[in-house]
Amino acid sequence: MIPRFTAPLAPELILSIGGTILMLMAAFMGRRGSALISWLAVALLLVATAALVGPPSHTGPVFDGMVSADLFASFGKAIMFPAAAVAIIAAHGWFERGTEHASEYAVLIVFAAVGMSVMVSATSLVALYVGLELNSLAGYVLAAYRRTDERSAEAGLKYFVLGALASGILLYGISLLYGFTGTTNFTGLAAAFGRGAPSLGLLFGLVFVLAGMAFKISAVPFHMWTPDVYEGAPTPVTAFFASAPKVAAVLLSTRLCLDALGPATDAWRQIVIFAALASIFLGAVAAYGQTNIKRLLAYSSINNVGFAQIGLAAAGPQGASSVLFYMAVYVVMTLGAFLCVLWMRDAEGRPIEDIASLSGLAQTRPAFAAAFAIFMFSLAGIPPLFGFWPKLLVFNAAVASGYVALAVAAIIGTVVGAYYYLKIVKVMYMDEPAAPYARAREPLHGLLILIAAIAVSPLGYLLIGPLGHLTDKAAGSIF
Amino acid sequence: MTGLPLLTLLIAIPLAAGVLCPLVKDEGARWIALAATLIDLALSIYLWANYNPDGPQWQFQELHPLGGGVNYALGIDGIALLLIVLTAFLMPICIGASWRSITKRVPEYMAYFLLMEALIMGSFAAQDLFLFYIFFEGGLIPMYLIIGVWGGAERIKASYKFFLYTLFGSVLMLIAMIYMAGTAHTTSIPALMAYDFSKSAQTWLFLAFLASFAVKLPMWPVHTWLPDAHVQAPTAGSVILAGVLLKLGGYGFIRFSLPIFPDGSLQFLPLMFVLSGIAVVYTSLVALVQRDMKKLIAYSSVAHMAFVTFGLFAMNRQGIEGAMLVMLGHGLVSGALFLCVGVVYDRLHTREIDRYGGLSDNMPGYALLFMIFTMASVGLPGTSNFPGEFLSLVGTYRASSWGAIVGTTGIILGAAYMLWLYWRICFGTQRNADAAAMPDLSLREWWLLGPIALAVFWMGIYPESFIRPIRNDVGRILTRLDRVTPTGDSHLTLGAMKMGAMH
Repeated sequence: MIPRFTAPLAPELILSIGGTILMLMAAFMGRRGSALISWLAVALLLVATAALVGPPSHTGPVFDGMVSADLFASFGKAIMFPAAAVAIIAAHGWFERGTEHASEYAVLIVFAAVGMSVMVSATSLVALYVGLELNSLAGYVLAAYRRTDERSAEAGLKYFVLGALASGILLYGISLLYGFTGTTNFTGLAAAFGRGAPSLGLLFGLVFVLAGMAFKISAVPFHMWTPDVYEGAPTPVTAFFASAPKVAAVLLSTRLCLDALGPATDAWRQIVIFAALASIFLGAVAAYGQTNIKRLLAYSSINNVGFAQIGLAAAGPQGASSVLFYMAVYVVMTLGAFLCVLWMRDAEGRPIEDIASLSGLAQTRPAFAAAFAIFMFSLAGIPPLFGFWPKLLVFNAAVASGYVALAVAAIIGTVVGAYYYLKIVKVMYMDEPAAPYARAREPLHGLLILIAAIAVSPLGYLLIGPLGHLTDKAAGSIF
Repeated sequence: MTGLPLLTLLIAIPLAAGVLCPLVKDEGARWIALAATLIDLALSIYLWANYNPDGPQWQFQELHPLGGGVNYALGIDGIALLLIVLTAFLMPICIGASWRSITKRVPEYMAYFLLMEALIMGSFAAQDLFLFYIFFEGGLIPMYLIIGVWGGAERIKASYKFFLYTLFGSVLMLIAMIYMAGTAHTTSIPALMAYDFSKSAQTWLFLAFLASFAVKLPMWPVHTWLPDAHVQAPTAGSVILAGVLLKLGGYGFIRFSLPIFPDGSLQFLPLMFVLSGIAVVYTSLVALVQRDMKKLIAYSSVAHMAFVTFGLFAMNRQGIEGAMLVMLGHGLVSGALFLCVGVVYDRLHTREIDRYGGLSDNMPGYALLFMIFTMASVGLPGTSNFPGEFLSLVGTYRASSWGAIVGTTGIILGAAYMLWLYWRICFGTQRNADAAAMPDLSLREWWLLGPIALAVFWMGIYPESFIRPIRNDVGRILTRLDRVTPTGDSHLTLGAMKMGAMH
């Protein structure tokens, strides 16, 4: 007989069992199997995505409310699994040139995906922590994946030390919440917070938990690790960090704030508003002087997370829906931008990360420059590109909740941030051509960039209807 | 009327051509761009011919819901129609003006121009608030690239300034739009034009929209991006900037500020008049001392746009119709003047006024056309700017005699700087040998300037063709403004009745 939890947990089961088998294969096949294992991992992630499609019996709480396989979780998984698959494809041909074991990369991403999957479905503090750590542990190893490269090792160490600190803060907050409410369950927490004004202990717990979450989504003031780790980690890993785990963490904090801490909205809202505005402005201003494209994109991701948090601060189903929409589009833009960064290689095929090397790209590689420019304008939220729409939605949610001043402050942040996105476009289009990049020989990358570029082009507006419908339904499932 | 989605075609044709351009070589791109803009011109003339000025307010409507409360809704009234015709008329001329003067990265250049045409057409035709914003803001990207890639020495700074200034103005408008959509529960512009927002809300909404349109138009003191952008932009870029993009600001005032926020408009009327008055006098004086031809014309644009704000916020028929005519006339004349600068710039590669002189000797054809446009810019009766400036000043006088006095000073100053410019360039002795050796207009340049000259006379001699389509629309705006129209201090009694009867 198949246990009852099989159907709701199908994606996690597929990934865990498949991931374990792949790890064994990697151990036995060594470097020879790297291509095969990568493709199998991609297939695994796609199968897990396909397993999300199913009858409504899949939804609802599992394991006495530890996790919930509802639409909210499914929506997150439907974004994260393909994004993780893209991160595997992006690494194709990247690690083979070094001496590393290329095969474990894909396996680690699969395990990280399991962690993310638990994160978005977590409805108890224990599941939350387990998912987060599963994802983070894989992440620490991934950041240091180029063992021989000093920067990569440094990134891994930095990420690990700071991440451990954040986990500690989070755990401390969790223990306070548990101690003062006697439950780790989100429903129980919501009931405890619903009984009048929260006690000092509960408030402390809430602040510590939110601080731990802010570290994972790299919101200011817990963002310090982001630029260093993004710069030091191998580029495919950076692409992964900036996309799927970020979605998982944002969705997790959304569920945590709106579900478990829902009755205490007034208590956490000011924290989220501060983090949102600080992220938007710091992300915008700190990116000005950057010369390394990965660092710049790190600040861009801090900036974008700030906008997603505007939707969270708005609270309510509309706010949650705008967060989901934002993250869905954000993932496409970010992966597109990082795939472009992966194409930046000199004549010998060594990766370049210098912004100056993009000079005059519009003349040497017009299609590549056009795609990159589309991602930049879209990340900046300039219409007619599709990146404008999720920004509009979060502002819309903020205004609808009566936070007009917040929306005005955030939108001024888009103008400040527009400057550095424009700088990239300026370098590519208005400067004299620098030494051209080597011809890329990965048609699959090109195809992925093309798909991403089309999705965030004005054609993306055709998605408003269906995607908006989905995010509304997914957001509705946590209320 | 046919079943074809004409307005969509108007947007789609340049868009498709713009996508096609980068795939072909230089010469092919030029011809594709010219063909696409000419087809658009033909389409817009067809629209004009089939537009029924006595028919419903919105014609050629199209509506496709996109979901999420947003519609792909297009439709035009007379005001949008005329601005669309103006855009379609200037675009082939811009392509022609770039035919020989742009030699690097031609396909890209043509693609950006075509994209811009599509976006401008879209902003005039959009009937959904957010659709309008998308088109309106989208126009920044191609213009940013045109200035930044093909501009002069200071192009980078000018392109940033252009982009960030206008973006900053617009984002505040976006928040106002979100608030409007949330309050009125509709994003349809026609529905919003009939919706009454509370007085206190109108104050803020008006200011937010003002932030965007004042930068775009531009009004003093947020005009400083304009001289930089004009001076650095290639000739055709300046033409489209002055001829059409500035008109988006005026269009915004007519479409949003006046009918949707009548109370807000009345509340800020003194502010608008003071800003317009300062703009007229100050920028005219600044224009007087310029050594750079393009900068002079750029400042004159700011002064002319002040007539638009004067006329619009007079909130009476003469004022609004006059403002509309000034926009159309200025679109033609400033475009033509920038082309005239481009003609000599292509030959001598300098815009310094002192480097020229006595051009009427060696370039009589050029001197003739330049004279026509100079006179039109001054507002000589019989040319395009006269009816507009006259009407808008009459309207201003009815609202505020002081406004009219200051505004009229601008006409005098305008005559001073334009005639002096003309004198320094075309008359006098030929001081510079290289300027004296320049050949007269080529056939291509005649084709560029000739049609504008004809249109300038048409507007001057028979402005009724241009007032007819907008008469009912202005009437509809006036009924929205009825409650608030300022009485003015000019104490017109019989005159007011007569002027009322004139229309």
